[in-house]
Amino acid sequence: MEAVVSFFAPIYILMLAGILGYEIISRVPVILHTPLMSGTNFVHGIVLVGAMVALGQANTPLEQFIGFLGVLLGAGNAVGGYFVTERMLEMFKSSKGQEK
Amino acid sequence: MGYLIETIYFLTAALFILGLKRMSHPTTARSGIIWAGGGMVLATVVSFAHPQITAHASVVNYVLMLIAIAIGGGIAWWGAKIVAMTAMPQMIAIYNGMGGGAAAAIAAVELLKDHGAHPLPVSILLMAVAGAVIGAVSFSGSVVAFGKLQELKFFKDDAKFRFPGQQKVNAAIFAGAVLLGLIIALSHSASGPLISLFFVLALAFGAMMALPIGGADMPVVISLFNAFTGLAVALEGFVLGNSAMIIAGIIVGSSGTLLTLMMAKAMNRSVSNVLFSNWAALGSGEAQAVTGSLKPMEPPDAAIQMAYASKVIIVPGYGMAVAQAQHKIWEMSKLLIERGATVKFAIHPVAGRMPGHMNVLLAEAGVPYDYIADIDEINEEFATADVALVIGANDVVNPAARNDKSSPIYGMPILNVDYAKNVQVIKRGKGVGFAGIENALFFADNTRMVYGDAQKVVAALIQGIKDLG
Repeated sequence: MEAVVSFFAPIYILMLAGILGYEIISRVPVILHTPLMSGTNFVHGIVLVGAMVALGQANTPLEQFIGFLGVLLGAGNAVGGYFVTERMLEMFKSSKGQEK
Repeated sequence: MGYLIETIYFLTAALFILGLKRMSHPTTARSGIIWAGGGMVLATVVSFAHPQITAHASVVNYVLMLIAIAIGGGIAWWGAKIVAMTAMPQMIAIYNGMGGGAAAAIAAVELLKDHGAHPLPVSILLMAVAGAVIGAVSFSGSVVAFGKLQELKFFKDDAKFRFPGQQKVNAAIFAGAVLLGLIIALSHSASGPLISLFFVLALAFGAMMALPIGGADMPVVISLFNAFTGLAVALEGFVLGNSAMIIAGIIVGSSGTLLTLMMAKAMNRSVSNVLFSNWAALGSGEAQAVTGSLKPMEPPDAAIQMAYASKVIIVPGYGMAVAQAQHKIWEMSKLLIERGATVKFAIHPVAGRMPGHMNVLLAEAGVPYDYIADIDEINEEFATADVALVIGANDVVNPAARNDKSSPIYGMPILNVDYAKNVQVIKRGKGVGFAGIENALFFADNTRMVYGDAQKVVAALIQGIKDLG
């Protein structure tokens, strides 16, 4: 039974997270398309964590080199993604006062 | 330690989800990115103590990690701070490509590594290989997208990269990458040259896919690559057994796919149309000849017309952003509002470089978002507008899209500027728009052309309105 559960658990995660992503984005106004794309771009910067694990486990110089590249690129994704999104979103203001 | 890390990853996933949800509404959007950012910092910090790393206890690897984060993060931070708002789409593309590259790098390490007594099961190897292909395609494709939008010389001519049988060549490269991937995953024997060739093919496919696509279609492609990277991250998350990567990756994969479809719809294109055909091939036959004449108007006269209008609709295009005239436009709008006029900004879905880009540019100038209307909200209102001011926009206000079946842009939704009582068009010269066709609007009886640099013309309009007192 346990084997069955552990086989299906990732499939449930896949389904639920997929639906969630769809629901979050649907009905979003066009004015936010660019910042939101940038925001989702930032979120997959979590790849940095995986690259850190890959580099941490590296044994040979080649693995270390590729792992190093991975962490460098992942950090670029996360940091760059955050700051461009933040720069865009901080400019959105209503004429009826600031955000709450 | 394992429990602490899993708890933090869970928290991170929750912060990402709530952050994205907040980002989808203008009033809460700012806080959304901060929530998601907090989640990212937590996950990164705690990952230094990840059991898979500490078990290895290699000081050299820790040092490399810190150096890589400092370099990658530093360059990206600097790039994000200095980039002009007009260049935002290509910046997003390059950061997205970096994420795809990182996912491919994880796969490369996992495939090359000697797992000793515990070889990775075939199912995991298949996911590693799939993530590697998708990540590598996203990486090289995004680099090409960046080059095109940045208008680097090498990428400038789209036609140069089109050749007969292109689709077949691309399909062959893709098939080669998939075949090699299957061999690598099923044979269990990771040979360096085979893995290298596999990555070369995957990278080549990404570049080949993006090269022939024109700059105007790039936003859809960037958005697609964004979804690709999400998927690649999720797949590598399964390989590493990393729950934060799995959940974040899948959410970006599905939301990115939806965003891609919505963007394509806003641009009146289908995704397959963008990927497998090109703009030039769409227009068939000669467009109808345009009759009438261009009627110029001097800025002082335009200012008078504007000053006595009770309703003004401004239609900005990318040309306005290039001329950096958005601040002046808002200054002028405030003057008109003080005089009691209603001012609205009408944004076409493809104004700027991608849907929503123009809103960002106007927001930069301080225009509140509730003054900005999209095409469905504003199109009925043009008939009641005294003046419609078109600044740096062309094809998106061309009535040929509505009534000339032979025009290459026929069927594209346009802003019905020609219904306004008076139309003023601020334009640099007499050239045609991106689609390369004449605009009947400019020749219409109620249209006046105000020639000159957008920023200078608007400054003259402001002066003209002020002179009226």
